[in-house]
Amino acid sequence: MTNGTRLGSKALILIGIFLGILLWGGFNTAMEATNTESFCISCHEMEQVAYQELQETIHFTNRTGVRATCPDCHVPKPWIHKIIRKIQASKEIYHKLLGTIDTPEKFEEHRLELARNVWKTMKETDSRECRNCHHYDSMDFDRQESRSADRHDEAIENGYTCIECHKGIAHSLPEGYDPSVDSPGGGEEAGE
Amino acid sequence: MKKSILVTLVALTAMLYAVSAFSGVTSLRGEQDLPSMSKSSTKKKVDVVEGGIERSYDLQPPMISHTIEKEKITINSNTCLKCHSEKNYKKEKAPKAGDSHYKDRDGNETKTVAKRRWFCNQCHAVQLKATPLVQNDFVGAKKK
Repeated sequence: MTNGTRLGSKALILIGIFLGILLWGGFNTAMEATNTESFCISCHEMEQVAYQELQETIHFTNRTGVRATCPDCHVPKPWIHKIIRKIQASKEIYHKLLGTIDTPEKFEEHRLELARNVWKTMKETDSRECRNCHHYDSMDFDRQESRSADRHDEAIENGYTCIECHKGIAHSLPEGYDPSVDSPGGGEEAGE
Repeated sequence: MKKSILVTLVALTAMLYAVSAFSGVTSLRGEQDLPSMSKSSTKKKVDVVEGGIERSYDLQPPMISHTIEKEKITINSNTCLKCHSEKNYKKEKAPKAGDSHYKDRDGNETKTVAKRRWFCNQCHAVQLKATPLVQNDFVGAKKK
């Protein structure tokens, strides 16, 4: 190898590293920009319905001042799962263009389907996004109401996941879903 | 001459008004100033009673012995029924909504809680940990 080609390959590697950092950083920055509440509610579909409902719940205001925003619950934290979710979001863009839920009335029509999608995913992932903040390990059952403590104990034992009991905690429950026949482990279908 | 009298009169009235304006206005509120009026209210916590609150008389709608801030009753769903429904009450160790709640006004049995019984908190109320404002010696009319 001559001196010239060695220098050339060194420069190539350096440029490669530099470009890599730049592109990767840019990609991640852009992705994080789509992971903000302000991005989510820049669509009126989310701003008018989902976001309004969230504001009335304990995940928005509470005594300790911690707030969960849209991506905290709806976008996975682990990178690979996040990318998969972002690719799935192309379906949301498609329906945004079609205007599938562009009025509160249309949103209401689709609410059951939309809710079931989220419930299904959360059940499959063992409520991964809930558990980013809520761990059994850090729950002090003595400080919970006895009925909550009992049920959490039972949930650990039987391997129930958060969403099986805690449906409709951040958004309104859909028409057509009956909480009185839904139960953890059994699922809502079991009661029908 | 007439003109000068008129001018003096007008000037005098104007002066009178000006003096009264500077002498301080009393509002309808009286002497009380705004901050002293408002006492911060004492916050009361919900009375959580394990095993429920005993009725004071027969047929009294049982009082709610837990918080209900997260429960929601809408036209579509009633989250109270998560625990108090026919299907779930045993599992949740909760009292079941009475049979009377499953009848419409014509006496026909309904599959779910009848719409006229839909709004639980119309009859069932949460209790607060509060001392009565006026002392009373109320004794429930329970059968012993």
